[in-house]
Amino acid sequence: MEIILFGITKDIVGKSSLNVSDLNQKPRSVGELISSLNAAYPEFTKLSSFAVAVNGEYASQEVDLKENDEIAIIPPVSGG
Amino acid sequence: MNEPIIEIVENIDTAKVYTELSDSKSGGICVFVGTVRDFTNNEPVISLEFEAYKSMAIKEMAKIIDQAAEKWPLNRVVMRHAVGLKKVKEPVVVIGVSSAHREACFEACRYMIDTLKETVPIWKKEMFKDKSVWVSAHP
Repeated sequence: MEIILFGITKDIVGKSSLNVSDLNQKPRSVGELISSLNAAYPEFTKLSSFAVAVNGEYASQEVDLKENDEIAIIPPVSGG
Repeated sequence: MNEPIIEIVENIDTAKVYTELSDSKSGGICVFVGTVRDFTNNEPVISLEFEAYKSMAIKEMAKIIDQAAEKWPLNRVVMRHAVGLKKVKEPVVVIGVSSAHREACFEACRYMIDTLKETVPIWKKEMFKDKSVWVSAHP
């Protein structure tokens, strides 16, 4: 399971994607993924906020993660 | 409404938006162009670098246009954002709307740029002389 990173989260992790095997345990939901990221990378907790997108849509904490989902971390957006 | 133009591109050509929005049923065209300014909090900015989650950004841009089209009677819409390194004065985003009367295009244009800044997964990094900062990343 691959997690795509953007913006500041790419800088924090030091690469443009992350494999869940890099985390302590495999997250089953968006909420678990957020907790794992905060634990593995304390710099994430200093961000204004960050969201998770599953298959190109913003996903709430309850959303389950499946093996073939496209998962991306969305730090605070700043387009325009 | 005609099929909207939604794009993420390397370089924006601001000259072509008039032709894209020109429409025999429209009495007005509104265009917002976002550009690179040379300061933030009194500090000189050298350039901006934009990054996008392209597939999702296009979907979110389409949602904003759908929402605007429900609120106002629009004829044509262009929503185009740039990625990559942009220098001072260069265009980074163009939002354009044409409608029968001006109220709809003024209001829709404002709504679309404001919402784009809140929901579309695009990020900008401000490059200063001796540092760079991802905008809005930290409180």
